Amino acid sequence: MSTAVQDARYSWGGDEFVFVELAEEMSLQANFRAMAITSRLRDERPDGIVDICPANASYQVHYDPDVLDPRELLAHLQDLERAVGDALDVSLPSRVLDIPVLYRDPWTTETLMRFRDRHQDPDATDIEYAARINGYTDVDEFIAAHSGSPWFTSMVGFVAGLPFTFQMVPRDRQIVVPKYLRPRTDTPKQTVGYGGCFSCIYSVRGAGGYQMFGITPAPIYDPTQSLPDFTDFLVLFRPGDIVKFTPIDRDQYDDAVAQVEAGTFRVTAHDVDFALEPFLADPDSYNARLLEVLA
Amino acid sequence: MTASIEVRKPGLSTTVQDGGRPGYYHLGIPPSGGLDQYSLAAANLLVGNDAGAAALEIVYMGPELLFTAPATVAVTGATMQPRVNGEDRPLWESFDVAEGDVLGFGYLTAGARAYLAVSGGVDVPDVLGSRSTYGLGGLGGFSGRPLAEGDVLPLRGGTGRTGLVVPGDLRRPMSKDVEVRVVMGLYDHRLTDQGRATFLDTTWTLTPVADRIGFRYTGAELETVDREPPFGAGQDPSNIVDAPYPIGSIQVPGGVEPIVLHRDAVSGGGYMMVATVVSCDLDVVAQSAPRTRTRFVEVDLDGALAARAEQRDRARRLREALG
Repeated sequence: MSTAVQDARYSWGGDEFVFVELAEEMSLQANFRAMAITSRLRDERPDGIVDICPANASYQVHYDPDVLDPRELLAHLQDLERAVGDALDVSLPSRVLDIPVLYRDPWTTETLMRFRDRHQDPDATDIEYAARINGYTDVDEFIAAHSGSPWFTSMVGFVAGLPFTFQMVPRDRQIVVPKYLRPRTDTPKQTVGYGGCFSCIYSVRGAGGYQMFGITPAPIYDPTQSLPDFTDFLVLFRPGDIVKFTPIDRDQYDDAVAQVEAGTFRVTAHDVDFALEPFLADPDSYNARLLEVLA
Repeated sequence: MTASIEVRKPGLSTTVQDGGRPGYYHLGIPPSGGLDQYSLAAANLLVGNDAGAAALEIVYMGPELLFTAPATVAVTGATMQPRVNGEDRPLWESFDVAEGDVLGFGYLTAGARAYLAVSGGVDVPDVLGSRSTYGLGGLGGFSGRPLAEGDVLPLRGGTGRTGLVVPGDLRRPMSKDVEVRVVMGLYDHRLTDQGRATFLDTTWTLTPVADRIGFRYTGAELETVDREPPFGAGQDPSNIVDAPYPIGSIQVPGGVEPIVLHRDAVSGGGYMMVATVVSCDLDVVAQSAPRTRTRFVEVDLDGALAARAEQRDRARRLREALG
């Protein structure tokens, strides 16, 4: 899974953004390099930085050019790129989050039935289609794969607090599913979705183009900050979080929703350190050790 | 009785906006704030507020608002005749309203967004350092949404100086033919030379899909370079591995209908962006109504910084004129 590191591509995004593409194709290594570079920059926090946005295989920095000279900033980012290198020896603090999922739930099923005319396979559900084109014999086997390995939060965004997660398995075992032919105008809140090589969780109800596999009872965005997971901030996910999707049944789902309504629900989370090199050397063993914290 | 505004009619989409909420874009929370920051600042300065105080952004069609206490107000931006109890009041000037007065608006005749500032500012809670509404996330402003009939919007209260006027040369001109300066880059290498030339040579027309998230234009199809899709990007030639979207970036899904992302932008996604609007020209985009004819004019980084310096100078003269 490790590849030789190519030089990053730098571009101005108008007068206030610099955009950096570390690799054209997605890989955990490209994402981890983005994390490593942006976390260094965040620690330094030079004057004039407005926001530092790591993404899947790229990142951007929003800066105030009245305070920070754009060309000096760009030269500094190039220094950080060299210092981080292939990121193999880098370890970053992370968390393992256990996200319960009711796969094939009634709400996303009702929604997907309303938008069959925008789908590649109008006669199948989204998860049946994804299972078939990825070579799984049935949906149960597909769910076992989706929930069997951990996922790396490679980017948080699109809308408030939405995590893009990348499957932590060798590429030949990764699930790949195209987005809808035309985006839907509706997606239930907390839908577990899939597009390209990314699984996501929709933080708010709204438009969407990702295939819909299920729903989590766990709130991931709480603008009122009323639940205990949101005391510090209104968004649950951080770039670099590691996610385990755990299948639950309808009774467990209803129980979790009751806890959310009572204001007591918490996502199970454990602090871990994630290092790229041992993961790439033996992903399955590394993942098994990572997930032991949830046992 | 505390000072407030009772919303008798909400208008099409009237939201509380201020100077914005920078610093949370990495978690998908965009800066929000008035789309035309210059006009917002002018309205606030006219009533004695800080340039970035919380005011109302009014889109296409004005609200009808009842004041429960005297206030000094000002309307800037789009040409939309303010009226107090049916009587015309000037744009780009401060004027008083009395307790019980109803402020309404005439039809939009130029521009797209008017800014109503009230002395003392609108008193909604500060969320992450801003009172701006982020509608997609249901965050900030008045209950995280546009105003609705029957809402009671609290004011901080107080009055300012009446009869202050923004000089003509410091008012934002409104036009149906605009030029918007852009810095090319991001994924513009996905375009052929022909595609790039088409982007810069076309007079684009703004579609009705034009809101706080983005402005979509129609006019031509851009030719892309053939390629084998990189892993994770998707099959369409305009697809990229989902990347961060700069505010003002111009994405071109499918090579047709460019979208300028504005201050409530989605923070990232999988479509190639080919250019970014220079920050001060986002105000020009903000005042574009559907069917506005738009040319994207290329500048380099130094050109963008020069445009920024000009805007800063104009803002300084505005503060001097109203100080």
